[in-house]
Amino acid sequence: MEFVNSRKDDLPDLRVNIGSLKIANPVMTASGTFGYAREFENLMNLHRLGAVIVKGISLYPRAGNPPPRIVETACGMLNSIGLQNVGVDRFISEKMAYLAELNIPVIVNILGDSLAEYQEITTRLCGVPGVAGIEVNISCPNVKKGGVAFGTDPSMAAAVTEAVKERADVPVMVKLSPNVSDIALVARAVEDSGADSISLINTLIGMAVDLKTRRPVLANVIGGLSGPAIKPVALRMVYQVASVVSIPVIGIGGIETAEDALEFMLAGATAIQIGTASFVNPRASEEVVEGIGNYVISEKLPSVRDIIGQLSVDLQ
Amino acid sequence: MSQYQEKATVIRTEQFSEKNYRLTLDSPDIARSAKAGQFVMIRAGFGKDPLLRRPFSIHQTSTNGQIQIYFKIVGRGTDMLARIKAGDDLSVFGPLGKGFVIHENFPALIVGGGLGIAPMLFLAKSICRLKGDCGNDQIILGGREKVEVEPLVKDFKEFGIKMLLATDDGSYGHHGLVTDILSSLELHNRCTVYTCGPEPMMARVYEICKVRNVACQVSVESVMACGMGACLGCSRPTSKGTYAHVCLNGPVFKAEELVWNS
Repeated sequence: MEFVNSRKDDLPDLRVNIGSLKIANPVMTASGTFGYAREFENLMNLHRLGAVIVKGISLYPRAGNPPPRIVETACGMLNSIGLQNVGVDRFISEKMAYLAELNIPVIVNILGDSLAEYQEITTRLCGVPGVAGIEVNISCPNVKKGGVAFGTDPSMAAAVTEAVKERADVPVMVKLSPNVSDIALVARAVEDSGADSISLINTLIGMAVDLKTRRPVLANVIGGLSGPAIKPVALRMVYQVASVVSIPVIGIGGIETAEDALEFMLAGATAIQIGTASFVNPRASEEVVEGIGNYVISEKLPSVRDIIGQLSVDLQ
Repeated sequence: MSQYQEKATVIRTEQFSEKNYRLTLDSPDIARSAKAGQFVMIRAGFGKDPLLRRPFSIHQTSTNGQIQIYFKIVGRGTDMLARIKAGDDLSVFGPLGKGFVIHENFPALIVGGGLGIAPMLFLAKSICRLKGDCGNDQIILGGREKVEVEPLVKDFKEFGIKMLLATDDGSYGHHGLVTDILSSLELHNRCTVYTCGPEPMMARVYEICKVRNVACQVSVESVMACGMGACLGCSRPTSKGTYAHVCLNGPVFKAEELVWNS
């Protein structure tokens, strides 16, 4: 890692490297919680973000699931949006020009039903100005293999990673599903297949029941749990994955404040993503950047990088 | 289109029935920029539970920077809001969504039922301001019982619009539904019917409008996490076979844009 010390002395050094992708600070917006960034332009200073990760893009537009799509649960929410998006071609023609002009790294989250789809989306994103990275969502079902999510089988996760890496002209981050029995196994498979970084966790599969109607609350029956409720699970998984891989890990799951973010960094995350918190407070990501900066100053750290993986663990 | 996250101080709390409340909030940025039919997202507390904001249509605004919301206790969030005291602060985000489109040259007919009365005060006020004279306009308000209608009537009467009232149990006004009254009225062929209320009521209002060939705008409700087009949680089937998002494309729609299950 090399960091030319060109910063002003009164500003905290928040720069981190996600492999070859250099970002100004470790705060990113989680896919599916920040639209295509423009939705937030009047509510916060987008330029303060380390990176923007946009809503998951598929090869063809997807309408998403019927309502109800969301329900609040204790300290969190369940969603079954159904990956509604405009498709890769409209994303490039309608959304990318604005994002490219923001001059912050834009990471495009991609999803497919087959390896061929993942490859085709990656190919179409090659050379598109402003695309700084690809985040691969491997939590969606593989239609060809009977609907099992790519992310729940280490060999399938590896296959997707390889397929995307083969075509990508930017760094590839693979977003892991927590709905597995051994997250470290999937992480290692993804690393071995050439992933440049790993982000985790995606939502935990959950369910809500309406006693009055005796029906599931979500039309899709099950959905993904997010918000502060999942933070302990996310921290544990980030810790486990960071212990076994050497590529950068990006922590996601219930992060609302700078303190939350710093806990993930101690556990081994090089960067973090803000998700559900942006729904409650559109400025959450910007406030986390400010808070991390204040921490670096008050702790007199040379840089925020000095806390990555610095968790003291006494193993008996 | 500007939106604001304001720390709004509660000016006044009013309890109209066991479950129906009205809050007056000092929220100058939102009061200044809001249009009838728009909504705000309010946090019921400052902790992690409940986590999400709740959507409320704006009941009315005042020139001295206040907004009102009118709501019913339906869950934990609204229960917490009902316990709020004057002087407390709330985080309010808005104004959000698209409001009503007012046609100043033609008569307006407002139909509000139950909690759907909430956005109609702001609408009535806006129509009267715009037109100066609202002698050709009418309002039909209804609820299950007197306490759902009567406490709100006073504010509507200030504009001098003709009012027609109904309750399901007959304890106030016509004994029956607002749609009974609507069916009995003669409608100007260029009038616009504005409606908000329970889904079956709005579906029936639209049916009547369709038969009479008059325009109908509906304000619909949905669960939503963000209120600003990021979560995509508030989808609603449209007549084109796609989904609209209540927060961005609505909450006010032309009735024919949506699918109605009647």
